[in-house]
Amino acid sequence: MNITVLVILTAIKITLILVVFLTAIAYTVLMERKVLGFIQLRYGPNRVGPWGLLQPLADLLKLLFKEDFTPPGVNKVLFVLAPIITAVTAFLPFAAIPFAQQILPDHIYLYGQKVDLSVAALNQGVIADVNVGLLYIFAVASLSVYGAVLGGWASNNKYSLLGGIRLSAQMISYELALGLSVIGVIMMAGTLSLVKIVDAQKDVWFIFYQPLGFLIFLIASFAECARTPFDLIECENELVAGFQTEYSSMKWALFMLGEYCHIIVASALAVTLFFGGWHGPYLPPIAWFVIKTFIFVFFFIWVRGTFPRFRFDQLMRLGWKVLLPLGLANILVTAAVILFFHKG
Amino acid sequence: MQILFMILAAIALSSGVLVVFQRHPLRSALYLILNFFAVAGMYLLAHAEFIAAVQIIVYAGAIMVLFLFVIMLLNLRQPEEEAKPPHILQKISGITLAVFVALLLIYGFTQAKLPAPGKEAAAGLGNTEAIARALFTDYLLPFEVTSVLLLVAIVGAVVLAKQKLK
Repeated sequence: MNITVLVILTAIKITLILVVFLTAIAYTVLMERKVLGFIQLRYGPNRVGPWGLLQPLADLLKLLFKEDFTPPGVNKVLFVLAPIITAVTAFLPFAAIPFAQQILPDHIYLYGQKVDLSVAALNQGVIADVNVGLLYIFAVASLSVYGAVLGGWASNNKYSLLGGIRLSAQMISYELALGLSVIGVIMMAGTLSLVKIVDAQKDVWFIFYQPLGFLIFLIASFAECARTPFDLIECENELVAGFQTEYSSMKWALFMLGEYCHIIVASALAVTLFFGGWHGPYLPPIAWFVIKTFIFVFFFIWVRGTFPRFRFDQLMRLGWKVLLPLGLANILVTAAVILFFHKG
Repeated sequence: MQILFMILAAIALSSGVLVVFQRHPLRSALYLILNFFAVAGMYLLAHAEFIAAVQIIVYAGAIMVLFLFVIMLLNLRQPEEEAKPPHILQKISGITLAVFVALLLIYGFTQAKLPAPGKEAAAGLGNTEAIARALFTDYLLPFEVTSVLLLVAIVGAVVLAKQKLK
């Protein structure tokens, strides 16, 4: 196929997925406000549109028209760069996550021309099936810390700086546990490609083989998303709003976008690695993927509504003294079992 | 591919030079991150995806975060005092060393047979499985010795840090 056509078709695919993804993020925000409202016996937003369904639109308009204030004494370049880094690194991991098996047939006829869609996985339910997909996601996720750290430093505000420093310590500590927790899955699937990992779970989901790995993955991904009970970087009663204290308008909105984007990506990754991805009976694959991811997003919100926040020393102790040894033990046991029972 | 390689090489070289010539350590660190990305891009062009991903995870994602962490904790935002002009002996030894290294490099490049820029790695060379197989069969002993070395370094760092507290 012509390279120009290929680039255009890929761009269209990415744009479509991005639009769906952004809408999902907007409604995750609304869902969080609604669910938290129900947990706290309130109604949640219910004024804009039926059942408050147009609230994300109103929020966006409000944020667009707010004054974009840049406080004096900030490092301007980094101050602007930080929210962009946060949003971009939050979006990128989704490129490697398979959300369906095949979304289009192999060939379509366009203006009487036969267009081969199987080139560059255009008809597959994933933007890019990278052979090191999982490593790619970890690589991009490990960069997301820069947004908060640089934003906190550039803001010229001690609360922001403390928030940024806390986040970098937290991310470094929990990245290790997160990485160790998925090695069991990699060993069982024998590949780093997420598409192949999903294929390997056609019969039995990996949650049944790797319950401990999943538990560590779940806790560590809460910490990586900096969500309750690990949201020490923005705990209001100590740090005002952490690294985003000085941000307003769309720059602040980008940080929020990044946060909810992280929640969806972490949910989608948990589904892909441990819950069989898009596999499931009766319903089409994409529906299964959306349902499973939705359940995890709900879980994230549920935890926020019910759990208190950890202290920082507790956070560090849990990460280094509990999750890290458990992750190593999980790898050892998995490796031993694979070695003894699946010789070949 | 050639064009992409040239662009990445230009970014890598210019950011590398900028790392050295920045006055503020934080800016140096940021240019170093850019440099790591350019090098990772080159690995990708050579079809060494595993090395590229590890380059980002280890260098850009972990080590540079620690660098930034330290720079911020030291609070180097205040204008630094003027750097002292180097001693005459420092100048002479520096220039001698630089010339010596340059001569060695020139000799090395004339001897080595370099592949064309932007050429792909040999089949399977950047592949995760190929690397793992090589590490755990032919190079098992060096691999394990390196890990013991790292362990010793960690224990040493902890011992040193604890002593300071007392």
